[in-house]
Amino acid sequence: MAKITPLLQMKNVSKYFPGVKALEDVKLEAYSGEVLALLGENGAGKSTLMKILSGVYNKDSGSIIIQGSEVDIKGIKDAEKHGIAIIHQELSLLPNLCIWENIFLGNEEFNGITRRINKKTLKEKSEILLKDIGFSIDVDTLVKDLNVGEKQLVEIAKALSKNSKIIIMDEPTTALTDVETDNLFKVITKLKNQNMSIVYISHRINEIFQICDRITVLRDGKYIGEVMTTDITKDDLISMMVGRKLEEQFPYKKSPKGHTILKVENLSFSEKVRNISFEAKSGEILGVSGLMGSGRTEMAKTIFGEYKKSSGKTFVDGEEVNINSPKDAIEKGICYLSEDRKKEGLILGMSVGSNMTLANLKKYENGAKRIDKVEESKSVQEYIKKLSIKTPSAQQLIKYLSGGNQQKVILAKWIMLAPKVLIIDEPTRGIDVGAKKEIYDVLNELKATGKAIIMISSDMPEILGICDRILIMHEGEISGILSKEEASQEAIMKYAVGIKN
Amino acid sequence: MKNNLKNVVLKYKSLIGLLILCMVISFITPRFLTIPNFKNVFTQVSVNAVIAIGMTFVILTGGIDLSVGSILAVSGAAAAIIIKSTGNVVLAIIVALAIGCVIGLINGLLISKGRIQAFIVTLATMTIFRGVTYVYTNGTPISGLGQSFSAIGNKMILGLPIPVVFLVIVFVIAIYVLSQTRYGRYVYALGGNEDSARLSGINTDKIKTLVYVISGAAAALSGIIVTSRIGSASPNAGVGFELDAIAAVVVGGTSLSGGEGSVVGTIIGALIIGVLNNGLNLINVSPFYQAIVKGLVILLAVMVKKKNK
Repeated sequence: MAKITPLLQMKNVSKYFPGVKALEDVKLEAYSGEVLALLGENGAGKSTLMKILSGVYNKDSGSIIIQGSEVDIKGIKDAEKHGIAIIHQELSLLPNLCIWENIFLGNEEFNGITRRINKKTLKEKSEILLKDIGFSIDVDTLVKDLNVGEKQLVEIAKALSKNSKIIIMDEPTTALTDVETDNLFKVITKLKNQNMSIVYISHRINEIFQICDRITVLRDGKYIGEVMTTDITKDDLISMMVGRKLEEQFPYKKSPKGHTILKVENLSFSEKVRNISFEAKSGEILGVSGLMGSGRTEMAKTIFGEYKKSSGKTFVDGEEVNINSPKDAIEKGICYLSEDRKKEGLILGMSVGSNMTLANLKKYENGAKRIDKVEESKSVQEYIKKLSIKTPSAQQLIKYLSGGNQQKVILAKWIMLAPKVLIIDEPTRGIDVGAKKEIYDVLNELKATGKAIIMISSDMPEILGICDRILIMHEGEISGILSKEEASQEAIMKYAVGIKN
Repeated sequence: MKNNLKNVVLKYKSLIGLLILCMVISFITPRFLTIPNFKNVFTQVSVNAVIAIGMTFVILTGGIDLSVGSILAVSGAAAAIIIKSTGNVVLAIIVALAIGCVIGLINGLLISKGRIQAFIVTLATMTIFRGVTYVYTNGTPISGLGQSFSAIGNKMILGLPIPVVFLVIVFVIAIYVLSQTRYGRYVYALGGNEDSARLSGINTDKIKTLVYVISGAAAALSGIIVTSRIGSASPNAGVGFELDAIAAVVVGGTSLSGGEGSVVGTIIGALIIGVLNNGLNLINVSPFYQAIVKGLVILLAVMVKKKNK
């Protein structure tokens, strides 16, 4: 580990957005052959800092020094020239192009005279890059046919193709399974031994202790401190991040379980959802676990009416219901919070308030079809307070909020409707420890009022921590059901890979 | 403080652009700043502005309606035919508007439930209904439509030309719907992110279909105005009007990708183009140059908007 001069230094970096001080005098130092964790709550400024480094944003003040000399990074190509590559939290692949085209997008090798792209070479290089991170796939596959986890791996291969000296990974494992995460860590270790500098942004404290050497902590746009992983405990690290002691990470509240609110019988959709039958009861959080591709999201969307079921029946409060669209589902008391908030949850060009009330506008309608904006505003303020949503105002465009706060707005949108059943898909993906706990508290409150919550999650500690029962899916079918007492990581994994009893 | 002033200027840039334009023209020719000229400008602009207001709804959802020119022609022709055969002006107006709504409905259903792209559907209906107009007019204008009908395009109410009164009514309704009603909010949501809108329980097919009905109705209303003003229903009426309407919408700041914009912007856009044409006329610039100027204004408006981002 070369410790003498940092490969990268960021000094006194500040950045302002309309109404928000995203970064104030932040410092960062990264060394070759080291994995540096960049840790902080949502809105702490981690993504912003890295976007400045990778040329996506321009800093308002401060300096960036690489290998001892100050550099001016005006855009993405500048950053690439200096050997900086970033893998974003929100994937930036082009769905209509195939894997090798995406990996070499903007960096295609072509014959100088005929201008023809060396397809064969690029395809071979792509295969090698992907194999290095444990991913074997036909590189002619279109990216839109890959699932979220697979797309992530292509993104990583893309960053690796640019011969970078500094690789920034923004929440890289959020959509990866345990197996793929292990692979990724192997690759990171390999890169570290090749003297690369890796900046690893993650909320997953366990992973940070696993793979990172040093940790820089940000809070509310300011630099808080820097420690070696070996010199600090998890609890102290959380305190540094949050500024206060966090009691329980996964609060579990036992509630009296009542009648069956949602019953699904022999539900099928295409090849992805096969003969699913289960019940969700009042006062419980029913977890849905499973490997990627097991059909959890497809099942949820079929129940919600977004996908057209090929067979099966749905019962709410004992009565059979006919659900052909999300509108129908909502009318019957079923709500669904999507796993992809950018694509399916938010309307980026609208304000926080308008996003929040979008499913509930009928309630504020008075005579002459007019929206009572005073009433609407009252509801919005109520939920901003209830869920501690950090925003300068309800009029702020939602695209300026951090991921965790955006998620809270969408959660508020559904809770406002007082649904009977709330299906949430990866609710805390890309969200920090502090905000996660706030969301769990909200879920527990809902549970206590007699709602049924179905929580699809790939976060094992989360599932084991707050769910009353856990369904495990495997290739479109339910392979097992466990109670909280019976459940363990091994038991869940056993059902997830299809070993039945 | 400096930042605030910049933000205010950018927010009202279309209006400021219009005012600057008016000031410049009135410097060059004193005939601009007169009431008769203003009445003239508004009347000229009103036909395009009414269509453009309907078009705004469509573009806000991320769609486009190329058929408005043909709807204008076919509804104008229908009104003329009814007047010539029954002499009933009210019936003629109702039928014309109904035809506009029906064609709009066809457009809307093909686009929403048929899942065919708006550009293609409205390109097809534009061609089809231009053909229908030729069939029903036998290729020649239908004239001799009588006094009561021609009053619509040529007389005044409350000191304002009737076409302008129509424009004001349409404008007020449009603003109300878009800014105060649930439907208006849904239109913006649909244009912003259709998937999110649908998953929030919005009946996106219904919303989509309705904006095309609105656009068709607006085009039909303009057809009535135009036919009345000229005194005859021409098979070539409205050719190219879709482009003028889209120009007004774009110059006014509404984004072609949907989700952003307003009818206030559209009116200002229509006025900028109309005032420009009027000014150039007053200075005796050839109409050929007017087209060049119009195109440059569109580019300028979009570039200013981009710089804002």
